[in-house]
This record gives sequence, structure tokens and C-alpha cells, in this order.
Amino acid sequence: MTSDNDRRRGLLARLRGRPAARSRGRRRLGAAVRLLAALTLAGGAYTVFAPGAQAQDAPPLSSAAAEGKALFDVSCVTCHGRNAQGVEGRGPSLIGVGAASVEFQVSSGRMPATRQEAQAHRKPPLFTDEQTRQLAQYIQELGGGPELPQGTNLREGGDIATGGELFRINCSQCHAFGAGGGALSSGKFAPSLRPASDRQIYAAMLSGPQNMPVFGDNQLRPDQKADIIAYIQETLKHDQDPGGFNLGRYGPSTEGLAIFLVGIVALVFATLWIAGKS
Amino acid sequence: MKRRKFDLAATPGKAAVGIDDRFKVATPLRGLLNKVFPDHWSFLLGEIALFSFIVLLLTGTFLTFFFEPSMTEVVYNGSYAPLRGTPMSAAYASSLDLSFEVRGGLVMRQMHHWAALLFMAAIVVHMLRIFFTGAFRKPREANWIIGSLLFWIGFLAGFTGYSLPDDGLSGTGLRIASGIMLSIPVIGSWLTSSIFGGEFPGTIIISRFFIAHVLLIPALLLALITVHLGLVFTQKHTQWPGPGRTNGNVVGERFFPRYALKQGGFFMIVFGVIALMGGLFQINPIWLFGPYEAWVVSAASQPDWYVMFLDGSTRLMPAWQIDIPLGDGYVIPPLFWPTVVLPGILVGLSTLYPFVEARHLKDYRTHHLLQRPRDVPARTAVGAMAVAFYLVLTLSGANDVIADKFQISLNAMTWAGRVGLLILPPLAYFVTYRICLGLQQHDREVLAHGVETGIIRRLPDGKFVEVHQPLSAQDHDGHGALEYTGWVVPKKMNRLGALGPAIRGFFYPIEKPVDAPVSPGHPPVEPRPERAEISSGSESRH
Repeated sequence: MTSDNDRRRGLLARLRGRPAARSRGRRRLGAAVRLLAALTLAGGAYTVFAPGAQAQDAPPLSSAAAEGKALFDVSCVTCHGRNAQGVEGRGPSLIGVGAASVEFQVSSGRMPATRQEAQAHRKPPLFTDEQTRQLAQYIQELGGGPELPQGTNLREGGDIATGGELFRINCSQCHAFGAGGGALSSGKFAPSLRPASDRQIYAAMLSGPQNMPVFGDNQLRPDQKADIIAYIQETLKHDQDPGGFNLGRYGPSTEGLAIFLVGIVALVFATLWIAGKS
Repeated sequence: MKRRKFDLAATPGKAAVGIDDRFKVATPLRGLLNKVFPDHWSFLLGEIALFSFIVLLLTGTFLTFFFEPSMTEVVYNGSYAPLRGTPMSAAYASSLDLSFEVRGGLVMRQMHHWAALLFMAAIVVHMLRIFFTGAFRKPREANWIIGSLLFWIGFLAGFTGYSLPDDGLSGTGLRIASGIMLSIPVIGSWLTSSIFGGEFPGTIIISRFFIAHVLLIPALLLALITVHLGLVFTQKHTQWPGPGRTNGNVVGERFFPRYALKQGGFFMIVFGVIALMGGLFQINPIWLFGPYEAWVVSAASQPDWYVMFLDGSTRLMPAWQIDIPLGDGYVIPPLFWPTVVLPGILVGLSTLYPFVEARHLKDYRTHHLLQRPRDVPARTAVGAMAVAFYLVLTLSGANDVIADKFQISLNAMTWAGRVGLLILPPLAYFVTYRICLGLQQHDREVLAHGVETGIIRRLPDGKFVEVHQPLSAQDHDGHGALEYTGWVVPKKMNRLGALGPAIRGFFYPIEKPVDAPVSPGHPPVEPRPERAEISSGSESRH
């Protein structure tokens, strides 16, 4: 498009001024080409550097996450919304809650919830372990968040004495000394830990479900979490109750009930029997 | 050498004569052994408390052999693995050793705790019997006051004992107690720091509570129980009204041998029930609570049942704080009202009740005969009101456990307790009063018209009436002339001897049923002849 004459002149001279001998038609054509090039350059640079809004619409999901998304779109989308962004007044956004939270809620049957109430109850899980893993993978890939370590035995190397001390400091306020659970305000409650698995306890500590505070790795190190799980699983669940029937481990309230229902009732019958013998 | 004949049968008599020659005990002892006690099942409720106190002394002495009342910090190295290596007080470590190392230690600890609960429960049940039958009236007001004091001293005994193991639960209770003491205006902080030897928890409280629990309080209890029983002896036991029983006599069994034997047997039963509970039901599993640390607290931290009403009153109390702008400013925290003022009022009301009632009824006479609860509806209703009040507070003391296990909102439980505390006692008063009046009316009705026979007669005009058996000769209106005597009115025909007497016994007869009396007009019914089994010839060979 440029002439031999142009080529012989230097670049600066070419930018500074045009040779007067160029035709009007050629000048017009050159301007149009330069404008087009500038627009293409600017648009291209913008495309490269600007955050791609439409890039999130179709994330590169792994196959497990894609399976999880399919499950999510059937069972969870009603409350948690499209792409797990939450529905006002129905369910919270799941962006950033992590795989740990999904595994806790789904594997313990709390999610999908039966109804809107103060707190979801544990029930038989709706999804298999495989499906739970897929759902967790989907939520994880969607927004990141805390994840569980691998394996089903998360109390490996845990020390029950240390675990007991940590349990009494961190857990017994709500879950009670025997891990049987306790009441919180307005119908909320700390559930019994007896049906919980290692992974569920670990996940609960990591994600802080419902009213539970989060015990991240900077509050309780992974080895301390293992200690606590070991104490719950090996001591509290397998304590032989050396004193006999444990009355549900509810503390003095059931003991008071027992002294009237067993002790006083038995002895009042004894008084009736003795007085009847005169 | 003449061999003296040894007469075995005469030995006790000779020994007794020898003792009497030296100590002159025959005359006072005769009076004691021949003392007559009226017999009724409800008179044995106080004995449950007495006998559990004996069990408490026995098991408690065993526990002191192994318990170390010290707050010195030690590192546990015993056989309970989940606490090994944990720093704790020597008191808690020795309580663990008592439970896990000492042979029979755990069952003794549990028996001691169950006996304590039973002691308090029996005191309350016994007190209800005394109250509802009017046994506290003149001349027994002093014994009523002593009995009320026994409850409050037993309360202190229980609380100090509950605190001794220094576990997480008892430490929480101790912290609450220190808060209650702190809430008393003006003297609170001085009182707390003098008891705890400084700021809570200090280093001395376990040793102090130990001496209070094993020496001062049991001595006081023993002294008061002795006076309590001594007054029963000198003032004589009350009795129910009935045939031959008046305000001036006592009808019953002699102390020796029958009454003493029965009491001995009853002691064994009480001991047995406590031992069974100690062996079968786990109580206060201190190894699960862990050592007390100021930062440790568990859900469902309750005191023993007899303290729970104060816990309940605290939970129901609204957060009404009174600020007094005097000097640097004084504060009366809300805790003061339900835990200091309320028990103060309850002590005052319960001890003064006999005098209040006597003044109200202008009844200053001496009473040895009991009253049936229905005959004094106002008193019975007041008692029901008190029971309702106490029950609401006690249930509120456990409201977090109830809320959790029955899936009720804890806030709803608290409000139900607040509303219930105001509404249920008057309701209980009204309902009880009406029930008493109804029962009274039925007694009078039977006395006037006779017992229902179950025989329905058809009158010539077609009307059906039930035939009543009059209890006495009737006047021209068909009304009997019997007065109500304050005792059971027979309401069934077998009570009148018209049918065979009711067979005594619970679940199965304790005596052979008497043959039903036969009316003179009818010959006794012959039992039907035994019938032979009909069978065919071939089968009969089998």
C-alpha cells in the first residue's frame, strides 16, 4: 500500500508529514485502515486484560463436579438458587463454603432440609457417598473454601487426654460433657455427637454449620482436631459407664427424677407393706 | 469338787438382773420399751430420711479414708486413660482414685450420693405428710421448725458435698454460689472473699468445705435429728382419728418387740434400695466432667434436685438490675432476688406456718389427732399451691434439658415457666379446694343416705332407683343420724361386712380370703359337681 518513494524516506519523516503527491483517494483509504487497526488493537487489549464476565458462565468443571452440578440442579437449586448463589429468604449462597460444609450437611442428612425451621435435623442421608463427593466437588470448584483431608479415619495419632481437655474447653459448653447435645436459644440446639462420624466431626469444626462457630486450622490445629475426634469416638462413645446405667448422661436432672421414681416409690410401697402387716 | 450346773436358759435373765443391780435401768427402760406407737404407712416416711442419714454416715466415713481435701495441683497418672497426664487438684485426683482404684470405692461413692438424694427427697415427702395432716399444730410447732431447718441444713450438706470432688460440674456450681454471695448488697464482696479466702476460686475452699461437710454440718444434723426424735418421744406421736382413738390416748403397737423389729426391717429395706441404686444407676460421673478449670463449663450443668428450684428461679428472673447512685454507685444485681430473697422468704414462710395458721383459725388448743386433708380445704389448697410453685421452679431449673430432649424452644420454656409460676399455684389452690369440698360432700352424703348397694329397684311407676344401705337408723326424712368423725366413711358394702371383707394385700393376697357370709334366708350355694371328661373309648386308652 505504500510507494517505493515512501520506503526510501525514514520512518520519522513518514510520520511527520505526508508527501504532497499522494492522491486524495489513497489518503482516505490509509486513514480508514489506520482507524481500523487502532480499534482492533484497543478492543483486543481490552479483551485480554479485562475480567471476562462471560467466562464464569461456563467454567471448566471436572467430570465429578459436572455430575455434582446435575444433582445440585435437581435437589438443591430450589433454595440455594442457580449456581448456588442463594435465594433471598430461602437458602444462603454456597459460594465459598467449601467441600467440608457440603459433606457435613449432606452426609448427615441435614441437607436437603425437610422444611424451613430453626435448625435442620440429622436424618438418613438422601445421597450416596459418591454423590455427596460429587456435590462437594461442584461447590468446591464453584467458589473454593475449606476441604477435608482424605480418608475415613481422621483420629489417627490423636491423644484422648489432650482431646478431652480440648473438648471440655471448646465443645462441652453446647454439646455437654457426655456429647449428648444441649439447647440453644429459640429452638436451636447443639446436636448429639453420638451418631457423627470422624469426617462429619472434622467437617463441622472446619465449616461451623448452623450455630456452631468455625474452628479453623489457626484455632485448632489438625492434630488437635484429631485429638478431639479421638476423645469423642473412643472415650465418650465407648465409655463403659462403670457406675451402671447412665440415666442418659443428662446430669443431675435425671438423677433427681430417678430418686423419686425408683427410690421413693419403692420405699413408699415398702411402708405400705410394713404397715399392712400389723 | 462340786460341779455347778450351767443353765443356759437362765443366763440372759441373770445378766439383766446383774446390769439392773448396778445401773438401775429397768424402770426407765420399761417405760421406753412399752412405749406405744400408732401404726400407719405414712408415719414411716420420716424414717426413710433417718435411715438414709445413717447410710450417709457409714458410706461417708468410708469415703474420708481415701479422699484428699486439697487443691494442690497434681498430674493424674491413674488408670483412667482419658485423663492421664492432665493437671488437676489433689481433691479431684483422689476422687478419681476412689472411683477407679479403691476396691468398692465407686459403689460407696454412688451409694453416698444416692443416699443424699434420698435423704432430701424423704424429708420433703415426710414434710408434705406432716403438713397435709396438720401434724404440726400445737404442741408440735417446735418439731416442725426443726424439721424445716433439717431441710435447709441438709441442703447445705448436699451442696458442700457436691462441691468436694472439684470436678467441672461442681466447680461450676461453686462459681454460681460465689456469684450469689457476691450479689448480696453491702456485705457481698466481704462475705465471698472471707469464705473463699480471696477471689474465687482461691486455694482453700475445698479444705473449708470438707470440714463443714464432714464435721460441722453432720454434727448439727445429728443434734437436730436427736432433738427431733426426742420430741416425738416426749410429745408422743400423732394418730389418725378412729374407733377408740381420742385426743387423750395413743393406740398402737409397743415399741418392743414388734415396732422395733419392724423398724429394723425397714432400715434393711432402705439400705437395700440405696445399695441397689448405688450399684445399678450411675450418678455423678466425675471422670466425664474433667477437673474444674475456670474456662470449662458444660451444657446441662444442673445442681442436685433439691437445689434445682433456685436454679430455676434464677433462669426465670428477668434481668432487672437496680442501680443506686450513692457514692461510687451501688448495684443490686437481678441474681439477688431469686437466690437470696426468695429462699429467705421460703424459710420464713415454712417455719412460721404453724403460728400463722393458729392465729388465722384462732385455734390454740392442743391436737394429737390428725386431720384428713379434705377436712381442711384451705390448708390443703395452700399446700398444693406451694407444691405447684416448687415444681414449676424445679422444672425450670432443668429447662434446657427438657427443651433439648423434647425439642421445645428454650425461650418458650422460660416464658412458660414465668407464666406458669404466676398462674399454676392459684389454679392448684382453686382445684384442690373444690376437690376437698367434693370429697367432704360425698362423705356426708353416705352418712346421711347410706352406702350404694348396686341393687337397682324398679318402682311401680316405672322409675328406677338404687337401693342404699343406711349406716344407722333413719329419721322420717330417710336421713341417718351419724356424725362425721374425721375418719374414713365406709363406701362399699364389703366394708360393712355385708359381703366378704376386701382381701388385704397388694397384687396378691397376704392372708387367706374369708368365706363370704351367708344370708340366713338362703342355703349356701353348693359347688357344681365335678364333670367327667367326655371321650370316646378308643382315645381314652392313650
